[in-house]
Amino acid sequence: MQVVRLNREDDYDGWRDAARALAAEEIPASQVLWQVGDRATDLFAATALSRLPEKTLTVPKDFPGLAHSVVLHRDPHRFSLLYAFLLRVIHQPQALHDRADRQVNVLRRMQQSVGRDIHKMHAFVRFRDLQDGDRRRFVAWFEPEHHILRATAGFFVNRFANMRWSILTPDGSLHWDTRQLSEGPPAGKSDASGDDPVEAVWTRYYAATFNPARVNPRAMLKEMPKKYWHSLPETALISGLIAGANRREQDMLAPFAPGEPALSHSP
Amino acid sequence: MAQLDTAQKLSILADAAKYDASCSSSGGKRRSSLGGKGVGSTTGGSGICHAYTPDGRCISLLKILLTNSCIFDCHYCINRRSSNVRRARFTAAEVVTLTLDFYRRNYIEGLFLSSGIIHSPDYTMEQITEVARSLREDHHFRGYIHLKTIPDADADLVTRAGLYADRVSINVELPTRSGLHVLAPEKSETRIETAMGFMHSAITDGADARRRYRHAPAFAPAGQSTQMIVGADTASDRDIVSRAAGLYRRFDLRRIYYSAFSPIPDASAVLPPSRPPLMREHRLYQSDWLLRFYAFTPEEVAAATDPTTGMLPLDIDPKLAWALKFRGQFPVDVNTAPKEMLLRIPGLGPRAVQAILQARRWRRLRLEDIGRLTVSLKKLRPFLIADDWHPVALTDRQDLRALVAPPPRQLDLFAG
Repeated sequence: MQVVRLNREDDYDGWRDAARALAAEEIPASQVLWQVGDRATDLFAATALSRLPEKTLTVPKDFPGLAHSVVLHRDPHRFSLLYAFLLRVIHQPQALHDRADRQVNVLRRMQQSVGRDIHKMHAFVRFRDLQDGDRRRFVAWFEPEHHILRATAGFFVNRFANMRWSILTPDGSLHWDTRQLSEGPPAGKSDASGDDPVEAVWTRYYAATFNPARVNPRAMLKEMPKKYWHSLPETALISGLIAGANRREQDMLAPFAPGEPALSHSP
Repeated sequence: MAQLDTAQKLSILADAAKYDASCSSSGGKRRSSLGGKGVGSTTGGSGICHAYTPDGRCISLLKILLTNSCIFDCHYCINRRSSNVRRARFTAAEVVTLTLDFYRRNYIEGLFLSSGIIHSPDYTMEQITEVARSLREDHHFRGYIHLKTIPDADADLVTRAGLYADRVSINVELPTRSGLHVLAPEKSETRIETAMGFMHSAITDGADARRRYRHAPAFAPAGQSTQMIVGADTASDRDIVSRAAGLYRRFDLRRIYYSAFSPIPDASAVLPPSRPPLMREHRLYQSDWLLRFYAFTPEEVAAATDPTTGMLPLDIDPKLAWALKFRGQFPVDVNTAPKEMLLRIPGLGPRAVQAILQARRWRRLRLEDIGRLTVSLKKLRPFLIADDWHPVALTDRQDLRALVAPPPRQLDLFAG
C-alpha cells in the first residue's frame, strides 16, 4: 500500500504530481491511500511515496480541468476516484467526454456540485462595512459546502480590487488589502459581526421588490436553499413576507367586484 | 407632505419597478476593477443572482425607477398619470450612492434603471443617462448597468446611454398593435419598433467597430432585450410566439421577457376581468426556449397550440404537446438520429443531447445511459429507441398523454 500525503484539502498540484508518478508505475487505485495533512495512518503496511520518477503522461486536454474541480469536493474519496479514472483515461481517452458513462457521470456530478457551490459563494457572500480605525474594512462570513475558498479568491479580487476585505469561513480566511491577498486561520461567525446601517436599506429593498401576488417559495428555495440563509440578512424577512402576502393581494383586489382583479405593469 | 428620505423613496421606487421581469446581468464583455479606481467586474458569461424573493424571482440588479411620476396614462401600469400611488423621485446622486453601497456589500451585480416619463422623453432620457455617466466617470464603476431607453428620445441621447450601459431595453409592452392602442393610447408600435431598430444598428455598428479598432467604445455590449405583458389584451399564445419570433429575427434581441399581469393597488377598470394563470407565462418562456435553443420554427411551436383558441396547453409543456401531436415522428433512435430529432424528444435538453452525440461516437447507448443524463426516464421512454429498448407501440396508445403528463399537483407551483 502506498500512502500519498497532500498538503491541503484543495492540493491539486500535490495530487497531480503523485498521480502522475503512480500511474507511470501502473500502481492500481486500490493500492494507494490518499491523506491530507499529518493525520496518522493506521495501516501497517503503508509506505510513504518518496521518490517521484520524472515521467510525462498524456491525458486528454479536458482532464486537468475536471480534476481541478473534483479535488475541491468535500467527498474524502475524491483523490482516489480521480486516480482510478486517470488510469482508465490514459488507455481510453474517449471516455472523458462520455457523460453517460457511470464513472464519468459520478465525477461530472461532483464537478457540477463544486461549480454550483462556487457560483453560490460569488452570489451569497455578504460584506459588512466594519470601521477599522478610520479606514473601511468589509468583512463577510460564509460556509462553503466544498473546499472552494481559494478558488473563489480571484473573483472577489477582480470585483473589489480597491476595497479592503476579508472573507471568513470555518476552513480558513482570505484577506485583501488592495494589493496583496493573504490567508488566515479558520474563523467563527462572530468574527464578522457588527452593525452596518446599509443592511437595513438592503432588506427594505428586498421587501419592496417582492411581489405578493406571485408567491412561490418553492422556486425561491430551489435557487436559495436554506443552508445558505444564515449569512443572508434578508432571509429574516421571508416568513413575514409570505405570511402577509395573501392579505396584501386581497387588499389590492378589494375595490373591485368579485372576479374582477386589478392588474398592472410598469414601464 | 413631509420630505421622503432615501430609504422611503427606495421602497416606493423599487415597488414601482418590480413589474419589469427583466433581471439578467448576463452577456457583455469581461471587466475587472484591478488597475482601476472603483469597484466592479463583469464575468462576461451568465450573470449572478444574489438573492431570491419569496415570489421565486431573482435579485441580480438594483431595479428601480428614477421617478414613478409619469405623463403617460397606460392602463396596465401602476405608475400611470391617473393612478393615486404615492410619488417619489430620486436624485441622480442618491441612485449612485445606493448602487455603490449595495455593490460594495456584494448584494447586486449592478443597476437596472428605468423611469416614468417626466416633462419630456428627452429630459427623462437625460436624467437616466446622467446616473450612468456619474457611475462610470465619477466613480469608475465597472459593474453591470442596464438602462431602459425612452422610445421617443433624441438619438444622440440614446447613443450616449448605450455607451455607458451593458444592456439597453425598450418594452414592446403588448403583443398586438390593437392591444397597445387600447391600453397604452399614448404609445405607438411604430415608434417603439423604430427605436429598437435604431438600437439594433447601433449595437451592430459598435461591435463591428470594436472588431476593427480595439479601443472603439463598446455600445451596449450585452445587447438589447424587451418585455411583453401577457393576458392584458386578447392576443393568443400563437400570436405572442409569432410576434416574439419576428422581434428576435428583426432586432437580434438577447431576451424577450413575458410578464403575466398581476394585481396592483389602484388598478384601471379598463383591464380585462381576470388575471392570466402564471403557468401561461411559464409556458411562453418554454416556447421561447424552443425557438432559441431547440431549433423549432415559430410555425412548429404554433402547431402545439390549440387549433381553435391558439393557446398552449397549461398542464403539459409545449415540447411534449408537439410530440403528442406529431407522434409519427417518434420513437427516435438515440444511437442514430440527427441532433435536430434528438432535441425533439420530450424531457431531453440541449446538454443531454450534446452528451448523447459525444458518447455515441465510440459506443452504443442503452436506456440506463440516457437515464444518467436526465432527471427521469418515465416521460422519455415512449419517445425513444435505445440499444436495449424499443417502446411497444406506445406512441399509438390512447392514454399516452396521461402516462407522460406530470401529476396535476405540480400545477400549484405556478398557479396564480
